[in-house]
Amino acid sequence: MTNNFEIIRAGVNTTFQDQGRSNLYHIGIPFSGAMDNRNYSLANKLTGNKLNSPVIEFAFQGPHLKYTGEKINIAVTGDVVFKIIKSGTEIDGNCYESYQIESGDQINLISTNKSVYGYLAIGGGLDLKLQWNSCSINTKANIGSNDGKKLENGQKINILNINSDQSKRKINYINSKVENIRVIKGPNFDYFSEEGKKIFFEKEFTVSKLSDRMGMRLEGSKIENIVNTNIKSEGLIKGVIQVPADGNPIIMLSDHGTVGGYPKIGVVASVDYDRLVQISPGSKVKFKEINLSDAETLFKLYEMETQNLLLQI
Amino acid sequence: MIKNISNLGDAAVYCDFGKEVNKSVNSEVIKYFKALKKENLESINNLTPSYNKLIVSYDLRKTNFKEVKKLIENLNVNETQDKNNTKIEIPVCCDDQFSLDIKRLEEKLKINRDKILKNFFSKEYFCYMTGFIAGMPFLGDLDENMRVPRLETPRVKVPKGSVALTEQFANIYTFESPGGWNILGNTPLDVFDNSKEVEPNLINPGDTVVFKQINIEEYNSYNDK
Repeated sequence: MTNNFEIIRAGVNTTFQDQGRSNLYHIGIPFSGAMDNRNYSLANKLTGNKLNSPVIEFAFQGPHLKYTGEKINIAVTGDVVFKIIKSGTEIDGNCYESYQIESGDQINLISTNKSVYGYLAIGGGLDLKLQWNSCSINTKANIGSNDGKKLENGQKINILNINSDQSKRKINYINSKVENIRVIKGPNFDYFSEEGKKIFFEKEFTVSKLSDRMGMRLEGSKIENIVNTNIKSEGLIKGVIQVPADGNPIIMLSDHGTVGGYPKIGVVASVDYDRLVQISPGSKVKFKEINLSDAETLFKLYEMETQNLLLQI
Repeated sequence: MIKNISNLGDAAVYCDFGKEVNKSVNSEVIKYFKALKKENLESINNLTPSYNKLIVSYDLRKTNFKEVKKLIENLNVNETQDKNNTKIEIPVCCDDQFSLDIKRLEEKLKINRDKILKNFFSKEYFCYMTGFIAGMPFLGDLDENMRVPRLETPRVKVPKGSVALTEQFANIYTFESPGGWNILGNTPLDVFDNSKEVEPNLINPGDTVVFKQINIEEYNSYNDK
């Protein structure tokens, strides 16, 4: 008998993700991988998985799944409202806590609360075809498991093996809300007018509905370019903030195109990336300038905090 | 030579080779790219060469800007001289069904179809970079009289295999995607094979490319061989 989850409702943007694929930018293949790395690692640790195991990532509305097979453990991370249905009885699920699931049980990941991404880790291993050493699905380039496509209703997720240790694991953790996103000045910072630079660091921007895993589009006061609205195409990394001719910034996210020709006004500090991706459309975002050495120190502290959380599980 | 090394955020080094876009500047970029690739360092997670820049992305948990900058500065690029850059022949069919922008090219360039094709197929091209979409090569340089801007309104779907021109470059759409380049023909050859785990792309930065004109019969039977 195969152990599997049947997808009753796939959700809005449900994909398999892991740590992503590296060293392929030079041929045009993005990094991809879980958007919020801390929540991705915590989900795996809570189920006793290796930290870089594949998980199910969803945005806004998650999947509703029905399980058939031997007992298995699962965990949900992020700020997610979900229910576990056991023989007709609904239980309110808590994030950052593992649950044992039996044949016939259902998991209904209803929605993310004032955030974007949530994670469902399944104890053991998923039966997935990897592409360039990663399951991560990039729906724009059709790369990754599931032929590079989002998960759909009626599909089955097959389990390869099950963790023998299914003991209850939990931690107390609350996702911190962002006040400001810290940004290091980009190589084309001086392409923008004094007024434009001031707007960039002083005004609030609204996250547009057109944001996805490729990029976060922002709306607000326009940032005026006084040099050239195009540059010769050059490499991008996640967190780069480009400003095209219309003056509205776009932040490159994990599935971004590998090269681009718009001036780079800044780059989001690595310490704030996990929190940045969780800012939902319609919400406000404000940038704060930070220098390289402070950004490096803050990332070190953030990483230590993540390691401490993992040790507590 | 690298003109300036700076940081791109806190997890990448931005190597600037100057403002010019030509083969000699780009060859320098590629030299550094290949030398770093050969180092095969665990802390470096991506190298992105482009016309006149090289971006070196690293894992901030394993290294930092200062260390990677030093590594680049001390790199012995002359040791990794590549004597045997590959020369690749790409078959292209310019039948009416593929040559979607030939009329526009004739109008903009003010030269006729035969002359456009004769010029295009008589030259050798240099691969400046690959990217934008997986495996797409940016090939240059087109002659001065062959240069046209992008379409005013980009196509929503450019067919896979399209060979297209813009400014000093030619490119090949490795799969169906949106795009604004002027389409001259189509190749039956798979320039990017995503089933390959290693080297899925046929053309790499620094390679030489020649285009060979084929007729519609040769095009249709190309993949039967």
